Amino acid sequence: MTGIDSEDKMITVEDYGDYETAWCPGCGNFSILKAVKQALVASQLKPHEVLFVSGIGQAAKSPHYLNANLFNGLHGRSLPVATGAKLANPTLTVIVESGDGCNYGEGGNHFLAAIRRNLDVTLLVHDNQVYGLTKGQASPTTQEGFVTKAQPEGVISAPFNPIAVAVAMQAGFVARGFAGEIDHLSELIQQGIAHRGIALVDVLQPCVSFNKVTTFAWYKDRCKPLAPTHDPTDWEKAMKVARQWGDEIPIGIIYRNERPSFDEQFPVLDQGPLVGQDVDQETIKTIMEGYM
Amino acid sequence: MKDNTLNILIGGEAGQGLVTLGYLLAKSLVRSGYSIVVTQSYQSRIRGGHNTFAIRVSVDEVIAPKESVDLLVALDADTVSLHRKDLSADSLIVVDSAFDVDGDTLLKVPFRELAQARFSNIAALGVVGSLVGLDEGLMATALDDFFGKKKPQLAEENRRALAAAVEWAPEQVTESFKLPSINSPPKRLMMNGNEAIALGALSGGLKFCAFYPMTPSTSIVLNLATQAQRMGLIVEQAEDEIAAINMAIGASFAGAPSMVATSGGGFALMVEGVSLAAMTETPLVIVVAQRPGPATGLPTRTEQADLELVLYSGHGEFPRAIFAPGTVEECFHLTSRALKLAEQCQGPIFLLTDQFLADSYRAVATSDIESSPPVTISLNSQDIGAIPYKRFAITESGISPRLFPGMSEHLVVADSDEHTEDGHITEDLSVRVSMVEKRFKKGDWINSKVIPPDIQGEEEPDMLLVSWGSSKGAVQEAASLLRSRKEKVATLHFSQVWPLVPGHFMKHFEQAREVVSIEGNASGQLARLIRRETGFHIKKKVLRYDGLPPTPESILRGLG
Repeated sequence: MTGIDSEDKMITVEDYGDYETAWCPGCGNFSILKAVKQALVASQLKPHEVLFVSGIGQAAKSPHYLNANLFNGLHGRSLPVATGAKLANPTLTVIVESGDGCNYGEGGNHFLAAIRRNLDVTLLVHDNQVYGLTKGQASPTTQEGFVTKAQPEGVISAPFNPIAVAVAMQAGFVARGFAGEIDHLSELIQQGIAHRGIALVDVLQPCVSFNKVTTFAWYKDRCKPLAPTHDPTDWEKAMKVARQWGDEIPIGIIYRNERPSFDEQFPVLDQGPLVGQDVDQETIKTIMEGYM
Repeated sequence: MKDNTLNILIGGEAGQGLVTLGYLLAKSLVRSGYSIVVTQSYQSRIRGGHNTFAIRVSVDEVIAPKESVDLLVALDADTVSLHRKDLSADSLIVVDSAFDVDGDTLLKVPFRELAQARFSNIAALGVVGSLVGLDEGLMATALDDFFGKKKPQLAEENRRALAAAVEWAPEQVTESFKLPSINSPPKRLMMNGNEAIALGALSGGLKFCAFYPMTPSTSIVLNLATQAQRMGLIVEQAEDEIAAINMAIGASFAGAPSMVATSGGGFALMVEGVSLAAMTETPLVIVVAQRPGPATGLPTRTEQADLELVLYSGHGEFPRAIFAPGTVEECFHLTSRALKLAEQCQGPIFLLTDQFLADSYRAVATSDIESSPPVTISLNSQDIGAIPYKRFAITESGISPRLFPGMSEHLVVADSDEHTEDGHITEDLSVRVSMVEKRFKKGDWINSKVIPPDIQGEEEPDMLLVSWGSSKGAVQEAASLLRSRKEKVATLHFSQVWPLVPGHFMKHFEQAREVVSIEGNASGQLARLIRRETGFHIKKKVLRYDGLPPTPESILRGLG
């Protein structure tokens, strides 16, 4: 890490703190937060080396409940903020953490663009198929027919399949986790952090207050880790897995490739983060002469 | 050349090489030591239509565009019929001899004999250059500089077209339009408003710019992108304007002085981000190059109708500053100043310009755009006061010491929600009150740095002309025309339109018998703002909203 002197000691879960939350009892967010902390510890990242960027929603509050750098911005816009921050300082480990509404709804365009860029961030999506903070409207991933106060006759639109879209676009790293499998999820997050490029970890999660259909038990019955024989570098097989949904929902690393990450391709970053770089007034003079 | 200036208007279809011709003629004039003001008017299309490139040129300094045309260069027949009404008394129309155009002030040029059709714009350069007395060698060098390096073959053919035209140019008409020659011309730059903004940003320490293309702002970013490698900055084309401003905020949060550039519609999309920059106290420069609205409006024309949009942009309340450069030199200095101010007060700072100034080439002395020290970013984390670090520590000035994520062991936390001093979300209403007050405190500091408006002319005038932004030159020239008729006139020009400090200008209002606001919009937005802030009602307004910039003539017509 640049310019920092500190004695090397093992990072433990205590380094990431323990805070009171504003979540409903039984919320899947608790398990995800635990898995995140476990992954950070397993990665031996120091809190100041990590930048969380989140949007708005119950999931987006998560980074407030641990020790790290944080930019908690606008609904849907965490990926652009993360893009700017990562380009300004590529030494940061950047984790975008927000919900399905934030990332796939309001921020849908940024989701596509971030995959195209292959920005080196971990995109952790708490996917509970419902808007929790605004009390139970449909989200982009809500199943057809799901009844809410805003969709009293049931949802008509087809659900968005983030995994299939990400695999179709050949995103660098595409994984699905389940909030009920903390160790498994933590391992996915850890691998996502280690991956150089965009790493989508879509986390299936019950909403105890507003989603009475896809409950903890519903998921528990269906989520099955991918067989060890699954080859995540086989794009065509990954596309098939990405479309599996129903009685059996595969969890694990569905697809990955080693495309160079976005920030690796800016030669100006070879000299380090943009912060604190000098302004070359001599070169400016030369540039000005070009206008003569 | 009654007022010692010559107004050359080149007209034609998009795709005829009109801008190249205009650019090369302007460049040759500047290199020969003349002062210029360029006005570009074009349609929102790539081929066809009717576009113009006007160069007002003089031995003395020119500061404004002019309507009456002395030399009309018609690259198509429509140009003649469209602009015949604009011709001055002793004017000349340079036209292709193949066009079916009548009149006794025509110089019919056999372009087809001089060059292939694709080089006829360069042949026109040779003819017009000869008429105004430009040196052929100097024009040839301008051509080489433009085409030479990239396409030597093209440069050669262009030079042949130029030489043929210069040879053809008839001696008998040359004298009437010949500009007095300037011995040992001063070395000056030719630069338009957008280029000056880009240079001002580079010199001010810009390190990150994100954008989504939108006329007339795009060339600011294109100029930055050209220099990104050697100046060590990153320019990123975002997926939309919302992404652009959020990227810039992210980069700035991580310590890179950042900017976005857009126009009205794109800025409308950015507005939530303006509020985010204010709430997270993230430095950000936002350039809005105005064009006529509402909605898509007239995409390639000019207007000054987004002052209120920018002033009130962003939900919630927070301080801001809005600069409105009046000249190309001010584009340079105010951009650099905006970067520093944004860093110092940790929030959004605006630069409000428009299509006219964006595209208006001028001759600029290097001494008038000398760099001032760039924005300073301190990486010192020793002296931050309380531990653990509080990004939003309450201080007397409202400005909290800023650290950057990853650059020390301190954790930097920012939130778009109301937050505690350490940046975490809160619903403690007493914290809310102190944070609102903290953010407003920074406004006092911004107030103390306001650039006073520029007053020129009589101390107790019969008429005070009030203006802002790009119309500076036109208003000042209109005033000097009135003074030459023995009228007592003064001008008051705002290059910073927010905050307004009444002490800077109220006495001038009170000393004037009549105050008139001159604005490029339909409702007098600055006049309304002045009334809101001071109670002073500017009753008379001269407004222009036809997509063209105010000119000295249009102002005099409006004054009646």
